[in-house]
Amino acid sequence: MKNKYSVFSLIKNAFSYHENWEKAWKDPTPKKEYDAVIVGGGGHGLATAYYLAKKHDMKNIAVVEKGWIGGGNTGRNTTIIRSNYLWDASAGLYDHALKIWEGLSQELNYNVMFSQRGVMNLAHNLQDVRDLKRRTHANRLNGIDAVYLNTDEVKKFCPIINTSPDIRYPVLGGTLQRRAGTARHDAVAWGYARGADEMGVDIIQNCEVIGIKRNGDAVEGIETTRGFIKTKKIGVVAAGHSSVIANMAGLRLPLESKPLQALVSEPVKPIIDTVVMSNAVHAYVSQSDKGELVIGAGTDDYVSYTQKGSHQIVEGTLNAILELYPIFSRMRMLRQWGGIVDICPDASPILSKTSIKGLYFNCGWGTGGFKATPGSGDLFAHTIANDEPHKLNAAFNLNRFVSGDLVDEHGAAAVAH
Amino acid sequence: MFVINCPYCGERDQQEFKAGGEAHIERPKQPTELSDDEWAEYLFMRKNIKGVQFERWNHAHGCRKWFNMVRDTSNDEIKLVYKMGEKPPLE
Repeated sequence: MKNKYSVFSLIKNAFSYHENWEKAWKDPTPKKEYDAVIVGGGGHGLATAYYLAKKHDMKNIAVVEKGWIGGGNTGRNTTIIRSNYLWDASAGLYDHALKIWEGLSQELNYNVMFSQRGVMNLAHNLQDVRDLKRRTHANRLNGIDAVYLNTDEVKKFCPIINTSPDIRYPVLGGTLQRRAGTARHDAVAWGYARGADEMGVDIIQNCEVIGIKRNGDAVEGIETTRGFIKTKKIGVVAAGHSSVIANMAGLRLPLESKPLQALVSEPVKPIIDTVVMSNAVHAYVSQSDKGELVIGAGTDDYVSYTQKGSHQIVEGTLNAILELYPIFSRMRMLRQWGGIVDICPDASPILSKTSIKGLYFNCGWGTGGFKATPGSGDLFAHTIANDEPHKLNAAFNLNRFVSGDLVDEHGAAAVAH
Repeated sequence: MFVINCPYCGERDQQEFKAGGEAHIERPKQPTELSDDEWAEYLFMRKNIKGVQFERWNHAHGCRKWFNMVRDTSNDEIKLVYKMGEKPPLE
């Protein structure tokens, strides 16, 4: 049993200069065999392991991670959480996650700094206005909070936005989801890792998967840089590298991996207390608790695994930011980085069984997987434990690309993909 | 960002180009005969290789011609460009 984090443990540890905190998770050597192995130690993978142990009583499991946990897209996103998706299947999936977010810090005894500061999506042309109004209605029919704002209400909610009718893409209105917001991305990975570790899950870092061993139509284990691990169930949660792992098992996926960039500014005093996203000009911005502006840019159009991305993408985003927020014109940017996102043709994820027995994939989250982390883990754990999808992720099967029953969120999901 | 050697215009900044995805995916000769699995394969399934892969690119803000490229996606190094209709190099 781990010591509970609380104000008392904080005071107690202050007396020993915070040098005696117990380790949040162990550093085990891989066992010969597990009941299930999760490939990928990001938020989604760790959450999957956590819920497998907690809700499905599978304790003899491992998470293998080629680098360090939370070092991939979990640590590279802009931490936005929302559930205002158009289609019923997506609304069910993302709102399931949002509901778990609302109690996650208490559940994990780990402060994930979930802040429901609201997410506002802007409309810049007549089609945007129509689309956003339609989405607002769809959201409310699905029990998701959403309101449509006119230009004055947008200005009132976020006063630093330039709502002049004379700018290149004037603000004609917007939608607001008040339950949406942000969370501390690293804390999500660390909190789930600590929770999973406590229940006996082995979190094995610096352990890259180099092969998947099959016996006919079933999996037998994984070949890693730290030796062979025998297992009958493999859950792959490898984000940008999903196709690489699929290739090892002789499986084809409908994914393309592309660089997505983000950047932060120097820290300043509180200036924007919400998240503002714009589909048409592709710019979104929020402010971290440290005071940095967190800015999300777009994806490049070519496949790349370099975690870099092109300069003109950042330039285009900053042009849009400056037009919408002239007050930021003299801000200096501190850091810029890229992550590799695996994009599905319909911009919806895959949480699915495959044609190979015991092999499960959780991928295709594209540019917006962070918000779904707890829900994704919960539903993927259900899928692995029961060898059947939960009703909330049944629509997100791999077979939809054969049947044609796509969940087409491209352009519908309140942000360009 | 990288420099691309357009087979028609020579070296230009990557900004002028548009990536067109995996190359040498053949359009089905008999679309009416295709099974759902074959359609899925043609429309959606991609190699998405980490390493050397064949791609189509378009010089969108230049001569607007399409061409093929051999590129290493693990470091964005361009190995070769060749014109549409030419056979892909074996290696």
